[in-house]
Amino acid sequence: MTSAATAPSSASGSGAASDAVSIREFDFWYGSNQALHRVSLDVPARAVTGLIGPSGCGKSTLLRSINRMNQLIADTRHRGEILLFGRSIFEPGTDLVDLRRRVGMVFQRPNPFPKSIFDNVAYGPRLNHLGRRDELTHRVEEALKRAALWEEVKDRLDEPGTALSGGQQQRLCIARALANEPRVLLLDEPCSALDPIATQRVEELLVELKEQYTIIIVTHNLQQASRIADFTAFLYLGELVEHGRTEQLFTRPRDERTEAYLTGRFG
Amino acid sequence: MASLPGPERATSLSGRNTGDRVYRGALTLLALTLPAALIAILGGLLWNAWPSVRTFGLEFLFRSTWDPVAEVYGAAPMILGTVISSLLALLIAVPLALGVAIFLTEFSPGWLRKPVASLVELLAAIPSVVYGLWGVFVLIPLLRSHVVPPLRAALGWLPFFEGVFYGNSMLAAGIILSIMILPYISSVSREVLLAVPPAQREAALALGATRWEAVWSAVLPYGHLGIIGAVVLGLGRALGETMAVTMLIGNRHEISASLLQPGYTMAAAIANEFAEATTQLHLAALFEIGLVLFGVTVTVNAAARLLVWRVARGSAVGSRAL
Repeated sequence: MTSAATAPSSASGSGAASDAVSIREFDFWYGSNQALHRVSLDVPARAVTGLIGPSGCGKSTLLRSINRMNQLIADTRHRGEILLFGRSIFEPGTDLVDLRRRVGMVFQRPNPFPKSIFDNVAYGPRLNHLGRRDELTHRVEEALKRAALWEEVKDRLDEPGTALSGGQQQRLCIARALANEPRVLLLDEPCSALDPIATQRVEELLVELKEQYTIIIVTHNLQQASRIADFTAFLYLGELVEHGRTEQLFTRPRDERTEAYLTGRFG
Repeated sequence: MASLPGPERATSLSGRNTGDRVYRGALTLLALTLPAALIAILGGLLWNAWPSVRTFGLEFLFRSTWDPVAEVYGAAPMILGTVISSLLALLIAVPLALGVAIFLTEFSPGWLRKPVASLVELLAAIPSVVYGLWGVFVLIPLLRSHVVPPLRAALGWLPFFEGVFYGNSMLAAGIILSIMILPYISSVSREVLLAVPPAQREAALALGATRWEAVWSAVLPYGHLGIIGAVVLGLGRALGETMAVTMLIGNRHEISASLLQPGYTMAAAIANEFAEATTQLHLAALFEIGLVLFGVTVTVNAAARLLVWRVARGSAVGSRAL
């Protein structure tokens, strides 16, 4: 029903200015507990959008709604609309497998499979039958290069992914997501389990990746948001309080709750 | 003894130390009785089996004659029967048990989980002799009327399904064994699958795996060592099972490729013959069978423990690396 209203933004398709993800009046419940209240947010393509807010404010819930990972949890429901490049992800007949291929996700803790580095990255392409078999090696190499991990692992692709350091594991997980050729990358506090140097590498990587991908990152770390996010959205108690260009939101917040959070008065 | 706290402290505790020492000694003694019992059993078996070991040597394991009149003993049919009936049981039980475990951990609606798990585990509480009775009066008639005829019609050309089916057979024993070991395999596999971190499932699902693909390509590989451990544990159970097998296998000392023919197992032979073994060599031969069975089951169980232990340790290491 809301798709008519959003038609203009999706008309240009691949245009750099169009929105990759549009969230419209989105409510979400865990049982009787409402976690999101009428959240509306447009996420521009090929940019980094940061979601910030205190614990339990609904950042992760919002992020996990975009690839419908939340529906794995029993007794949840939603109202409202999420559009991916102009098309509803809740449309009947939506192929979940295809949705999750196009919207990659990286989790809070690195979760490589106990398989070789190669097989970790090849997991998605094999699962989704992307490309020909003989292209697989090339595809894996490409994904590892984009994730800035290739130089470190190119001589030991058959070693287990779990043997890498935490920061390398997280970049491996990013490579694994990229091998699926997603257009949107969701990251749920990807650096919270990493040391500062590994964090810096991942941040640099994300800034490089935004040339080609739309990136949405949940972070607890305000400095991180200010360093890498082009746009920032502040959520509080399940509501989207404020959303705008990062530098504007950090320097001239319009809402007093945003200002309170940024200055450390809560959260 | 460390003298760090000073002399007066050491003397003031000396009265309590005596009690402590007695207590510790008593507990140590109690704890040592169990390993001692194990060694005593092994020693007893060896001692009593020795005449047979000396007379027949290694040939005991490969000969298929069992003739108390001529005093010639060979255990090959029993050893083979034990192995075949147990492997047959695994062949039937493993897919079923894994199916139960996967269903219960990954797909079952919440309200069904507990009752099904408890009922499956209850199978382990049924006494062996009751399984035997059920096998004789329910399973064998069922096999004779409904299972064996179509089986022979379809696969009768295979050597495994040759000959006349009288009822008591390797097939009947294998099926009953499979039901008996199923609860062990399924409950250990279930524990293993539950121990697989949810992050592994999420990783697979977020990459576009279906529920089933996530189980098959992420959850099972993660827990594969533990599942192998569960299977080996089941094998250990099957190898030593006596009563139900003795009632169903037919107790014929012969090697036959056909599963429809009667066979023998080591456990069944001991149970059947110990009362009739009049000569020393006959008894010693039975003890040697016991020794072989003991060796095989202890090895299999140790292997299972090792595998399950490695999984537990492996996942701990995995989580620490994060």
